Amino acid sequence: MGAQFYYTIEVFLNGLMAGVMYALVALGFVLIFKSSGIFNYAQGVMALFAAQTLVGIQTGLVPFSHLINAALGTDVHHFGWHIPGILSILLTTLVMIGFAWVVIKLVLKPLAGQEPIILFMATIGLAYFMEGFGDLMWGSDIKKLDVGLPQGGNFAIEEATASLGGPDFYGFYLDNLDIWAAVIATLLVVALTLFSQYTATGRALRAVADDHQAALSVGINLEKIWVVVWGVAGFVALVAGIMWGSKLGVQFSLSLIALKALPVLMLGGFTSIPGAIVGGLIIGVGEKLFEFAIGPMIGGATENWFAYVLALIFLVFRPQGLFGDKIIERV
Amino acid sequence: MKDGYTTPDGRVIGDVVMEMKNITLKFGGVTAIKDISFDIREGEIRAIIGPNGAGKSSMLNVINGFYHPQEGEVWFRGEKRGPMKPHQIARLGIARTFQNIALFSGMSTLDNIMTGRFTKMTSGLLAQAIWKGKAEREEVENREVVEKIIDFLEIQSIRKTPVGRLPYGLQKRVELGRALAAEPKLLLLDEPMAGMNVEEKEDMSRFILDVNDEFGTTIALIEHDMGVVMDISDRVVVMDYGAKIGDGTPDEVRKDQAVIDAYLGVSHD
Repeated sequence: MGAQFYYTIEVFLNGLMAGVMYALVALGFVLIFKSSGIFNYAQGVMALFAAQTLVGIQTGLVPFSHLINAALGTDVHHFGWHIPGILSILLTTLVMIGFAWVVIKLVLKPLAGQEPIILFMATIGLAYFMEGFGDLMWGSDIKKLDVGLPQGGNFAIEEATASLGGPDFYGFYLDNLDIWAAVIATLLVVALTLFSQYTATGRALRAVADDHQAALSVGINLEKIWVVVWGVAGFVALVAGIMWGSKLGVQFSLSLIALKALPVLMLGGFTSIPGAIVGGLIIGVGEKLFEFAIGPMIGGATENWFAYVLALIFLVFRPQGLFGDKIIERV
Repeated sequence: MKDGYTTPDGRVIGDVVMEMKNITLKFGGVTAIKDISFDIREGEIRAIIGPNGAGKSSMLNVINGFYHPQEGEVWFRGEKRGPMKPHQIARLGIARTFQNIALFSGMSTLDNIMTGRFTKMTSGLLAQAIWKGKAEREEVENREVVEKIIDFLEIQSIRKTPVGRLPYGLQKRVELGRALAAEPKLLLLDEPMAGMNVEEKEDMSRFILDVNDEFGTTIALIEHDMGVVMDISDRVVVMDYGAKIGDGTPDEVRKDQAVIDAYLGVSHD
């Protein structure tokens, strides 16, 4: 086998890793859409906010320091502590659950029963509010996020595979962070699946996703379930925020990863967790292989649009996505 | 009839479980229920019948809290019920089925009936997440109850089948199972035999009678054709255009001139 073959495999593997990252963001969308029929535009900003909060807590930033200093004439910026990564992840999770509770009470409950488009608009408002709120709370500067995940190339894999493809091939180059992301995302999905299959609350989540009225009639409190769902989606956003934030730094562009989740959702279906995973992997692998094989012939930068074109083609032939519920409208 | 009565087939009917007092329900300018009062007694099979659009389903929705009447009082087990949400009313022990089957179609028969046990499972979210202690015990115990219901309804062979794939008659039976799983003090059935063929209707009637007989469950059911309902119910409320036009045993109701007129379509004046 020539070096070209192994390079293609390397591109494929890197595509899988990138796909996992897309899938993570898409997962947050699916959780909320399935249980409440709301397309949560704010999912990307939630990832940004979670990452900002994580860095803020970890490095001991004083929240709203600009505001406090301006109002009181003080000059506080840091508490002067540094909290271990795992503890700050726990604290940030609590913040995200608290945030879920506030969103349900202040936004979704008053709007319950409204048209989906109105709820969608509300999440757009929520997204911009959170973006500003996050900047006000933690400052808008680019922050470095480091919770102790290893970064850089994995030399063990590179050395072990170096002999495969002859003198022109130097082994597979895989980023440690990507490998970790893949492992963590897999564990997260397995845990979520087990929870929804084998616990009372998990069954209630699925019940609410299927039929609100029937769920109420067996005693399920919709509001409580929504807090759980948004809390879990907040946690998923935190995980995505950590992965992408470790890679790119915590900055505004983090919220735009949500745009990459859109084609993943169109491909996998808005209502399917396995769909979000498979959709993410297909897009990740597809765009990397396309750029590798076809990109050089047509001037490159195909990663910017490939996913959307693929999603568009899918929409035409299978509007419910690969795994989504079939759309049957009775006349 | 103050302290209950004995049915012709010898079952003893007890005290009043649920009492509706002067219920009026309006949607904007339309009055769906006009000043209706009736009661449901312990151990009874109570039917609400009437032509299409008589307000029967609205009445059921008032009982289980989907609708809130503008006027009137609902008394349940000796207490006046305040304004409550449907999920809270489910916790009081009122379970129901729906006219157009409302099952969780993506879930298996077993999981659907397990959701019926939701109010019986009280362990915390964290305990459930790690599946330890009370949460684990609850899963096992409730699963046993559910298996008994599955045996009772003779649906063992479809335990793991996603209910969306089941034929209509079986779906109705699974829905009955989900309601039974709550061990309700009052079971509401909204047209349990609608759309069924004769054989399925007979099966369903038998299950309704068996539920009442074996568990002593109080049942209120809606039907719009007189046939089977008259055979299985102890007392019947007849509604027409939102008003109550008859109330009594099937025999009494059958002879009632107002009821006959409503069913034969005599003009309202």
